[in-house]
Amino acid sequence: VTEVLEVALRIVLILAAFLVLPLLVGQTEHKAMAHMQSRLGPMYAGGFHGWAQLIADGVKFAQKEDIVPARADRFVFKLAPAVGLIPYLVVLVAIPVGPGLVAQDLDAGLFFVLAVMAVGVLGALMAGWASANKYSLLGGLRTAAQLMAYELPFLLGAASVAMAAGTLSLPGIVEAWRPWWLLWQLPGAVVFFVSGLAELQRPPFDMPVADSEIIFGAFTEYTGLRFALFLLAEYAGIVVLCALTTVLFLGGWKGPYDDALGWVWTLLKTMVLAFVVIWLRVSYPRLREDQLQRLAWQGLVPVALLQLALTGVVEVALS
Amino acid sequence: VKVPGAGLAKGLAVTWKTMTRPAVTEQYPDVQPELPPRSRGVIALLEENCTVCMLCARECPDWCIYIDSHKETVPAPPGGRERQRNVLDRFAIDFSLCMYCGICIEVCPFDALFWSPEFEYSEFDIRNLTHEKDRLREWMATVPPPPAPDPLAERPKELDAARKAVEKQAAGKPTAGRPGAERRAPSRPAADRPAKKDAHGGTEEAAADRRSDKDATDGGAEEGAG
Repeated sequence: VTEVLEVALRIVLILAAFLVLPLLVGQTEHKAMAHMQSRLGPMYAGGFHGWAQLIADGVKFAQKEDIVPARADRFVFKLAPAVGLIPYLVVLVAIPVGPGLVAQDLDAGLFFVLAVMAVGVLGALMAGWASANKYSLLGGLRTAAQLMAYELPFLLGAASVAMAAGTLSLPGIVEAWRPWWLLWQLPGAVVFFVSGLAELQRPPFDMPVADSEIIFGAFTEYTGLRFALFLLAEYAGIVVLCALTTVLFLGGWKGPYDDALGWVWTLLKTMVLAFVVIWLRVSYPRLREDQLQRLAWQGLVPVALLQLALTGVVEVALS
Repeated sequence: VKVPGAGLAKGLAVTWKTMTRPAVTEQYPDVQPELPPRSRGVIALLEENCTVCMLCARECPDWCIYIDSHKETVPAPPGGRERQRNVLDRFAIDFSLCMYCGICIEVCPFDALFWSPEFEYSEFDIRNLTHEKDRLREWMATVPPPPAPDPLAERPKELDAARKAVEKQAAGKPTAGRPGAERRAPSRPAADRPAKKDAHGGTEEAAADRRSDKDATDGGAEEGAG
């Protein structure tokens, strides 16, 4: 009975984190972006500095009519938001928050996490194809091109740290992590983070959604709750990417007093990274399609390969 | 020397600096805006000064000022003759047409029109944006005093003109004025009483001065006639 209770508790905690953290990131984005643009952002919803803005948005989305275009592939169209969102929920299961604080400790956790995260992008591809809309199709094609280009450096960056730690288990990587890895794995960390951003289609890598030119790409035809799910997937993706970067490259729960406050360190590092994601979005304009491809193939992939080589050399030298 | 990535860092620095500064957003309905002096909100009418010269209505580029009036005969004062004067029946500005150019205020020769900074007079019905003269009169209460000139500004021409006129008057008067002052010196205790205003708005003394001046000129005229 205690085992069942424990599993239930873990699931509830994961669900709560999945529902709260993306909203927190979204609200931070509202406010940080506003102040970076010398605005105030939401000020009314909820009374105090618009803290309930995203809840109000959710209520609004829920009230909207659920429209499926006449020529759309109904089943795929309706399934796409779920495919876009659920992988991130599943990934959260494997991410360690503190020493022993992980919903499910997997031996090949890194493999699992990277494989499942890649599924999330399929949601956008499905949406782009099923909408029967030329903008959606363009968006879907761009998503596909971006996925092809950035999945490789994403994996190579993660591979480097796995090699350094000698394990694929996420808690194992954190245990093996030492502060000087910050410098040693820095190129890998940058490559991982940047290509992760590109996979999430966050600005400045938001060519596939580019609202000002192809009207939100794959999400053009979506309204109401399904659109809200796609938005939620974006923010859940930010949380997952930042948490993963924290675990792989920033030493996860390690920090002063990490016996008691380990989970605080993980959350803190994750939120700081999430802020960086927002910061990058506000600061940089969108990359053109050819710039995107050049950055991936001529910038990130070579750097990731060099990092792999460096990791290998140092590993051999140390052993 | 160009550091690679310097542009990227600069971009981040700009947004960071902006974030640390207070936002420029005005929280208008909650916090009233601080309007600059001479803000153009609404036009106020000081009806008493209006002589129905119609200059404002004629100069208005939008033709949004409506004036109706009639002539009234003022009964003759003893020894005078009857005079006519204009009486304002209607003065209305249609603020749905007004483009806030302020030409009517500029051209008014009798200072009957003023800018007020009040701007909260939106209406649900466009017809209510036509403010009749009593409503325009109410705006007078919101007209601020003219702001002081800037510290290094040129002095207003009106001030110089007025000062010059006063000096000229003072320079042309000494023969008649100065002895008069001496003559009045014994009656000084009268000055302790609150100064009684005469019909022209001056004090009794000033009135006496004016009378003596007039006597002098009258006398001169008599001499000339004789």
